[in-house]
Amino acid sequence: MIQVKNLTKYYGAFLAVDNISFKVEEGEIVGFLGPNGAGKSTTLRILTCYQPATSGSATVAGFDVFKQSMEVRKHIGYLPESVPLYPEMRVREYLNFRGKLRGMDRAAREKAINHVTDRCWLGDFIDRPIGQLSKGMKQRVGLADALLHDPKILILDEPTIGLDHTQIRETRNLIRELAKKHTVILSSHILPEVEATCQRTIIIARGKIVASGSPTELRERIAGSSRLIAEIRGPQQEVQSALQGIEGVRKVDCSLNNGWNRLTIETVQGHDPREHISRLAIQRNWALREIRLEAGSLEEFFVQITARHAGLEA
Amino acid sequence: MRNVVPLTERELVASFFSPIAYVVGCVFLLFSGWYFVTQVLVPGNEASMRPLFEAMTAILVFAVPLLTMRAVAEELSSGTIETLMTAPVTDAEVVLGKFVGVLLLYAALLLTTLPHVIILLAYSAAPIGVIVFGYLGLLLIGALYISVGLFASCCTRHQLLAAVIAMAILSIFTFLVDYFAELAGPGLRGVLMAVNVPAYFDEFTKGILDTKSVVFFVTTTVFFLFLATKVLESKRWR
Repeated sequence: MIQVKNLTKYYGAFLAVDNISFKVEEGEIVGFLGPNGAGKSTTLRILTCYQPATSGSATVAGFDVFKQSMEVRKHIGYLPESVPLYPEMRVREYLNFRGKLRGMDRAAREKAINHVTDRCWLGDFIDRPIGQLSKGMKQRVGLADALLHDPKILILDEPTIGLDHTQIRETRNLIRELAKKHTVILSSHILPEVEATCQRTIIIARGKIVASGSPTELRERIAGSSRLIAEIRGPQQEVQSALQGIEGVRKVDCSLNNGWNRLTIETVQGHDPREHISRLAIQRNWALREIRLEAGSLEEFFVQITARHAGLEA
Repeated sequence: MRNVVPLTERELVASFFSPIAYVVGCVFLLFSGWYFVTQVLVPGNEASMRPLFEAMTAILVFAVPLLTMRAVAEELSSGTIETLMTAPVTDAEVVLGKFVGVLLLYAALLLTTLPHVIILLAYSAAPIGVIVFGYLGLLLIGALYISVGLFASCCTRHQLLAAVIAMAILSIFTFLVDYFAELAGPGLRGVLMAVNVPAYFDEFTKGILDTKSVVFFVTTTVFFLFLATKVLESKRWR
């Protein structure tokens, strides 16, 4: 559905997007993850035909974004980061206006507006002037506008920024539902959100793609840095040195917590010493009240990989 | 081109919601009313709207840019240009939609000066045809001023700057062209006389439908609308 090849964008002398390539298949939800200034918005703006690339190519729904701009625009629904709306228009008026721009006749527009009013929960304020709405409401209006003409592809730039937790959860559900019939590409710098909604994540930093894959795949890549957390009651020094001696344990950090030793154990990749630890505790007659494997989170991976990339650059 | 209609509708809504339209309208009527009473409705004067029409063109040099400054500059500064330019709408349609919208607003403004005409006709036997042509001329010159104002509005995100740029361009071609023509050598003078806007407008106030004048206004209006479209397109490349 979306194919990007060697896309590069310079703003004057500043390199915003550096030779990136990726594909999005039909029906996928892909998350574009990256720190602020990484080039997410720029890439999305190129895909929506708002700005031209400096070099490289991109096709959306089979149409080239530069040469067949009108065709591309007919097939996409775009929600920009700033959610720009006309404050003097009422919500229904605005959606009507946008529907007309997309060539929808009156009957189609009415049906579509009723449909998006339901799905984006606009019912309460559909007749209110946009200038009077809260940020979350405006966000929903923007999303409704993107959905109005039932486009094949949705391009959402930071769709849950500024929403409260209930709204975030509902928007995520909505996006997940949409994916069944639409292709969605969304950008975010909030990791849990991308983890929760997207089937595949593309991590971008400083204009380059640094990693790509499903959240599970990415987590497997950092399995080596997973840790064990254990709480054992016993003499601190002995506990620490005993655990250090177990095969597969690389490093043991210990802190006292109300008479219990709270141990953070770094393991060697491929080893799972939990069984050894519990047996050891029983042998030495130490009480063991918690032992858990903390799987590396996407957050850690993200921080690592973007820091590593920044390090290379510096 | 079918997108022009919704764009015009939206532009009308925006214009009538903006307090600027009403303030400018009131000030315009204030000045034109004053001119009408002191120059036209004076016993012994020729029964003609000409002094008023000529005064109006001067007032419009400042009034029209104030009406058009909002048109594109506001979209640029608020960011709504992004949703506009990613919809299946061409840049030309955007400019045309805004042009027709402001033109309709301007036409409404002209209509509010009809009481002057009614009063004049009540107290004299002024030839109606001449007045009609005068208004036609006002419409055409208004179209030109609006296209210049739109062009200026496309150039910047600061509305006030757009207004100033438009006023500057219009002033040069309305007030200063005679002065420059005097200073200029024979070659340049010919060029300057050809763009002497007040001269072309005068034909209308005399009741003459001169095709030269009509062509002048139509082509210069189209020219500035074309420039406006190009400037808007160029915004994408920044």
